[in-house]
Amino acid sequence: MKPEIYQSPKNDMNDELSTIEKTVLSDYKYGFVTDIEADEAPPGLNEDIIRFISAKKNEPEWMLEWRLKAFRHWSRLAAEEPKWANIEYPPISYQDIIYYSAPKQKVKPNSLEEIDPELRRTFEKLGISLDEQKRLSGVAVDAVIDSVSIGTSFKEQLGEMGIIFCSMTDAIQEHPDLVRKYLSSVVPITDNYFAALNSAVFTDGSFCYIPKGVRCPMELSTYFRINAENTGQFERTLIIAEQGSYVSYLEGCTAPMRDEHQLHAAVVELIALDDAEIKYSTVQNWYPGDKQGKGGIYNFVTKRGICKGNNSKISWTQVETGSAITWKYPSVILKGDNSTGEFYSVAVTNNYQQADTGTKMQHLGKNTKSRIVSKGISAGFSNNSYRGLVHVAKNAVNARNYSQCDSLLLGDKCGAHTFPYIEVKNNTSVVEHEATTSKIGEDQIFYCNQRGIDSETAVALIINGFAREVMNQLPMEFAVEAQKLLAVSLEGSVG
Amino acid sequence: MLKIQNLQAGIEGRTILKGINLEIKAGEVHAIMGPNGSGKSTLASVIAGKTDYEVTEGRIEFMGKDLLDMLPEKRAGEGLFLGFQYPVEIPGLSTTNFIKTAVNELRKYRGEEPLDAVAFLRLMKEKMALMDIQQPLLSRSLNEGFSGGEKKRNEIFQMAMLQPKLAILDETDSGLDIDAIRIVANGVNKLRSKDNAVLLITHYQRLLDFIIPDFVHVLYNGRIVKSGTKELALELELKGYDFIKNDLNIAETV
Repeated sequence: MKPEIYQSPKNDMNDELSTIEKTVLSDYKYGFVTDIEADEAPPGLNEDIIRFISAKKNEPEWMLEWRLKAFRHWSRLAAEEPKWANIEYPPISYQDIIYYSAPKQKVKPNSLEEIDPELRRTFEKLGISLDEQKRLSGVAVDAVIDSVSIGTSFKEQLGEMGIIFCSMTDAIQEHPDLVRKYLSSVVPITDNYFAALNSAVFTDGSFCYIPKGVRCPMELSTYFRINAENTGQFERTLIIAEQGSYVSYLEGCTAPMRDEHQLHAAVVELIALDDAEIKYSTVQNWYPGDKQGKGGIYNFVTKRGICKGNNSKISWTQVETGSAITWKYPSVILKGDNSTGEFYSVAVTNNYQQADTGTKMQHLGKNTKSRIVSKGISAGFSNNSYRGLVHVAKNAVNARNYSQCDSLLLGDKCGAHTFPYIEVKNNTSVVEHEATTSKIGEDQIFYCNQRGIDSETAVALIINGFAREVMNQLPMEFAVEAQKLLAVSLEGSVG
Repeated sequence: MLKIQNLQAGIEGRTILKGINLEIKAGEVHAIMGPNGSGKSTLASVIAGKTDYEVTEGRIEFMGKDLLDMLPEKRAGEGLFLGFQYPVEIPGLSTTNFIKTAVNELRKYRGEEPLDAVAFLRLMKEKMALMDIQQPLLSRSLNEGFSGGEKKRNEIFQMAMLQPKLAILDETDSGLDIDAIRIVANGVNKLRSKDNAVLLITHYQRLLDFIIPDFVHVLYNGRIVKSGTKELALELELKGYDFIKNDLNIAETV
């Protein structure tokens, strides 16, 4: 299928920025560095480094073998980084990256109270309090800095209900059977280049298990922070929802401002059994690079869920405002009959950011339903692509899909692209696709101005209106934060 | 309240307003009439501060301040309101949310505390009753899918909510049937007071049957060529704009 491409006309004769573009120039507010000693591996990637990571984490033999298998597979692919995405970047030197960096804490904390005050302050500066009393009630947090988790809140309260919420490192030690059973069951180590790399070197992440029939009473969330220089962050998240259970999970992420690019290659796997529901929300705000496109995170992430059981549901919601490059396709395999997959996305690109993001909905079971709502906002000189696949297998009787892809352009030097792929092998299915492209008009801004609203606030109102359908999917606690983030990412794009 | 002196303005090098003089005092309703292309909407846009237009000569004073020096949002803050001829649509932004933002931005400009949800709702209920406007319309995205009449009523409702000192209504009657005109005019009449003023810009006399102006001005070819009372509007209706043109030709040839 031929991709549809919307490219706003380039006007090389006129280098002056339009009024609209002038509003996109604001500073990244999470760009600070915490001065803390780190325990690091030497840069480079080889079997010794993998043995080093595995030993640091005191992993069982099977885990090391699994990593080495992934590494050998990645080594075979090493020269074949995927090139199909609509993004451009110079080759990544994998041998210059530090694959393990842990903040050195004087003593290993046994409880949240014992966490190094400097680390605690870092998270407080980010608006994440690890102090359970001060926390928003109803949210449990796992805080991950560079390669390791430094603490998880509300562990005990959740434990009483049989819910396991801990770092991946702890899960491998304490719940090896569950990890062994489900790890790489949704995203195999051979799935793709970055998934293989992640499997070889991942250092931490969150693990979450909701037992049969339990409705998790609070939002679970992981907060990822890159701090150390020249490191990559490779985390692994695994969520298992047993029969009839429900969980809502949120992840947030930030990084310091640096001139060099840093690599973040995560893998997230979700498993929903019969009648289970998983809602996974992301507010991604990695450092996007400066106004000239220098620095910023390369965010190459594989996220996939499987609706393994009948009547199960997986819903992805993402608000993507950060990263120099985003390469990410949260997907759902609809295996169980009557299962539902959803993908709600707002992706904002500004300055020289690039995003190639979307989803895959694979309909395998009968009466499966999927819904895709993608809102792309491009400003400055950025490029924003939606790439999606809707696949209906031969036996997926009565599959339904609805896709909607809207793009909003600010200024005339950015691009919005849509690459929808549809493969249907069952003639009882119904697949719908709608797409629109629009621009913020000077008329809309003037109308707001005339009512006393300045241009920046006007853009924020227009953007949030455009993204409302997706924002409505976010848990209440984070919706307000996400709205502000949208406005901040586009500050300076209108004058 | 508003004092315009020798205002000359244009767009892309073309002069549209060729020396406008106009004074509006508190408590007055003025109407500006004129044929298509005479510069009526340009005048409204220039007063409100639309950047597409370039002012080449003259000055506008509003509440004793130099208006041309101010950004459009500051002009709104000073109490200027423009009812748009073509109100824009903002998908996904509820009308209520938009108005709440506007009300509080104006309050901020004037150094007042923002209204909380309860106080805002109370104000809105009061004005809704006054304007005979229903909640469902205000819950919808701003102007999106509104009929012509709904858009214009929404403009007048915003005017009621924002309580401006001077409201300029740019062809608020265009495209409306007689019932809709009556509703809009009712709204405007209810808001008239000795402290505020209204400038109506209209092509037709019929709006002036419902909103009785104190002064009527005829704008032609970028100049106010004739001023009078409401009888001037009736004369125009009777004789058409040609009589103005003829008058002018005679004046120019003499």
